[in-house]
Amino acid sequence: MNSHDEERMKQLLREALPPIAEAEPARDLWPSMLRKMDAKTDAPPWFDWALLGGLVALAAFFPASIPVFLYYL
Amino acid sequence: MPNEESNVLDQFRQGSPETFEDAFETLFRLHQRAVYEWLLRIVRNPAAAEDLTVETFWRIYRAHARFQPSRGFEAWARTIATHAALDWLRTQRPESELPADLPAATNADPGVVDEIRRKTALAFGRLPPRLRIAALLAVVEEQPHKEIATALGISVAAVKLRVFRALRLLRKDLQQQGIAP
Repeated sequence: MNSHDEERMKQLLREALPPIAEAEPARDLWPSMLRKMDAKTDAPPWFDWALLGGLVALAAFFPASIPVFLYYL
Repeated sequence: MPNEESNVLDQFRQGSPETFEDAFETLFRLHQRAVYEWLLRIVRNPAAAEDLTVETFWRIYRAHARFQPSRGFEAWARTIATHAALDWLRTQRPESELPADLPAATNADPGVVDEIRRKTALAFGRLPPRLRIAALLAVVEEQPHKEIATALGISVAAVKLRVFRALRLLRKDLQQQGIAP
């Protein structure tokens, strides 16, 4: 693709997708932000669940490890 | 005013839980419009841009300890927003039809018929998201390459390469549809 083709493609793209003029959200987004913060703060992170799952699996496959865990709790 | 914002940024980065929350709200209200506008330029969908603005600030909220004041809040927020937009674009299937309210170009070349415009927009939607973002910001929105590079976390040369690859793939796609650009 030479520079003439490149310019032509740029022009075509600008005509197909005109630039976005100045814009602002149609609503105040802070209430949505608060809802998201509350919801996410309440939910335990995924790695907590992964750790719990790992411990349960370990206890199921190696029951002898349970007293060891209890000792270290 | 710059001192005031600097205080807010300090509180945001390392303030107590109470002052941090206030600082975060202040930063949200100061920068939500700029972040929304940046996201809208990338995703070109107002509802998605609103959701992604909230997602961006959620990521900012979680990553506040990693904020480096030397980088500036807006540039940092833009980088996070760009990555959130990239994640969103990766989950979207290329559209087979464009929305009916696709804005018309104000300076459209009369020789370019609507059909070519439509096919170009659709072909562009089929490009890999990382190429699409670079081309949209550089060619359509005419943002400085340096800003795009910072937002994408790549070099200016890599931005230019992505734009070139996007245009080349777009041209190839159009040629396959029988359109000789």
